[in-house]
Amino acid sequence: MTARATRKARPERPAMSEDYNFAYLDEDTKRMIRRALLKGIAIPGYQVPFASREMPMPYGWGTGGVQVTAACLVPEDRLKVIDQGADDTTNAVSIRRFFERTAGVATTTRTREATLIQTRHRIPEEPLREGQILVYQVPIPEPLRFLEPRESETRRMHALEDYGLMHVKLYEDIARHGEIATSYAYPVRVAGRHVMDPSPIPKFDNPKLSGNAAIQLFGAGREQRIYAVPPWTQVVSLDFEDHPFTPSKADAACDLCGAAGSYLDEVITDDAGSRMFVCSDTDYCTTRQAEGHRGRLNREEVA
Amino acid sequence: MYVATKGGERAIEAAHAWLAEERRGDPAVPELSVAQIREQMSLAVNRVMAEGSLHDPDLAALAIKQARGDLIEAIFLIRAYRTTLPRFGASVPVDTARMAIDRRISATFKDVPGGQVLGPTFDYSHRLLDFALMAEGAPPPAPTRDPETANTAAPAPHVLALLDRDGLMEPQTDGAETPPDLTRSPLEMPAERALRLQALARGDEGFILGLAYSTQRGYGRTHAFVGELRIGRCIVEMEIPELGFAVGIGEIELTECETVNQFTGSKTEPAQFTRGYGLVPGQSERKAIAMSLVDRALRWEELGEDNTGAPAQDAEFVLSHCDNIQATGFLEHIKLPHYVDFQSELELIRRLRREAVAAAPQSAAPAAHSAPAPSSSPAPSSPAKGEAAE
Repeated sequence: MTARATRKARPERPAMSEDYNFAYLDEDTKRMIRRALLKGIAIPGYQVPFASREMPMPYGWGTGGVQVTAACLVPEDRLKVIDQGADDTTNAVSIRRFFERTAGVATTTRTREATLIQTRHRIPEEPLREGQILVYQVPIPEPLRFLEPRESETRRMHALEDYGLMHVKLYEDIARHGEIATSYAYPVRVAGRHVMDPSPIPKFDNPKLSGNAAIQLFGAGREQRIYAVPPWTQVVSLDFEDHPFTPSKADAACDLCGAAGSYLDEVITDDAGSRMFVCSDTDYCTTRQAEGHRGRLNREEVA
Repeated sequence: MYVATKGGERAIEAAHAWLAEERRGDPAVPELSVAQIREQMSLAVNRVMAEGSLHDPDLAALAIKQARGDLIEAIFLIRAYRTTLPRFGASVPVDTARMAIDRRISATFKDVPGGQVLGPTFDYSHRLLDFALMAEGAPPPAPTRDPETANTAAPAPHVLALLDRDGLMEPQTDGAETPPDLTRSPLEMPAERALRLQALARGDEGFILGLAYSTQRGYGRTHAFVGELRIGRCIVEMEIPELGFAVGIGEIELTECETVNQFTGSKTEPAQFTRGYGLVPGQSERKAIAMSLVDRALRWEELGEDNTGAPAQDAEFVLSHCDNIQATGFLEHIKLPHYVDFQSELELIRRLRREAVAAAPQSAAPAAHSAPAPSSSPAPSSPAKGEAAE
């Protein structure tokens, strides 16, 4: 990160608002956030309290991710913002515009071209590479919150590595439902120590957390917490030997690009029960279509 | 063929243009000026300044105008603006005993040094719509006191300090440490009283009011009397390093409430009166009184009282949920897209139902839909997950 933090002369960029500091936050605030990030990197999966600022967008709408992004951005960055895997969902559009206006950085929808990706609820399908930063928006950073509502108590549990309650919960799920009935925000253990909420990504994405080449940073603005997974860190989804973790997705292939291994959105196409499946990762889907891949409902367009 | 919805950017721009039009309303009706809001909607301005934690009547009025009168939205605008302001330093603590009083009442003594001053209050006004306000025209001027006999300069010591001298009131001591700043450091539990009071002072008026009311009805009862409620203006002073002494840099309006609470003693404390404290910028006595009740309820531990499990006694519960900007943001975020999580829930529920139907005996197959299929049973774990859907 130190190499990235060096300031160089800013290249030609779209018009940037001069009313605010680069990337909106003042330099002291950015420094405070960077300190929390470094601490988070040093203790993978540990929730670092930070003095989250009030941002010009509502709490719960990505203020944590926006602050982390603001603290990491340098003028040379190329930013991608996705929500639900898509670049064109309204909140992704809004956050991308915020940084276009306040930082004047270049933006992209291409995963491989981005140096920093802010995401809500998904990890891109295309493997990330070294030097990229993935920033997650986190609503509730505490994986134990719905087992124990008290912050004072959950912090104690993390400190003592007291995760019995979580394992009991998972066990009870199996006893009741025959499987662990958690399909997103599926708890993980980072570097063999802290149990961490991976943010509400579908559990399909969990394997991508582990051994990822990119720096993964998590920002929870309202809850004032930052945590991180450094590159090449082992991240294990909690399970039992006789009930191993299984990432799951809709049992179908993308109807536009034919991908069988990407996470799918189900789209209702009429009121008679017809539906189709499309990749949730829009960049992945359009890239595949550009390469000539076709899905079930897209064949007539083959040239 | 299906085409994914595009054009979020254009939709956002069009929505904002429409919003601006709605904000203006009928163009045939003259537009409100910020000065009009500041002067004539002053209690709304006060609330926005208090919960926005920024003293600037003009900006608060502007925020109210921009927010179409939605005060929480206006508070949000002020908070977001406030974050960007540089900090020059801190003032010396405001001395409310030296307040230039507009209103000052005590419910515990018939008369007090400095006198009872009713001030500009809704109290004892009959809540009858004043149709004269629909017609334009100036109200008759309020009578003013003869400046010769006016005792505005007379000191008005805090009423509770008078009790203090008799040892009936718990002593008030100055803490040596500079209290932490809620807006500059993350709230960590357990929170000391100074931090709790900060959070309550900028907390949502409605939330604090509801909690205070709940203590009056028995959920953590504190037997409160309003020892003193005062509204007035205080000089804000700042130490200027080059000068070596404090100089006044301005004046702010404050509402301060101190409650006297019956206290029959506990394992650690003798019987005496105890205090609850409320201080709110601007004229906001409902909030100040409510704050002092909640403050007192939160002090159960230091006074050795029982925790009855009342919401108003639970500092972590109160402080985590009293901020309306946090609350409204998180509440409203559930209207953002959640396709991905919902899709994963769909798969889970379908799979669980499939397994339940397959497991049920053939003859009982129809019943498997309604009855104990795990997917439809309100198992505690499933709804909890549902609520976790962010």
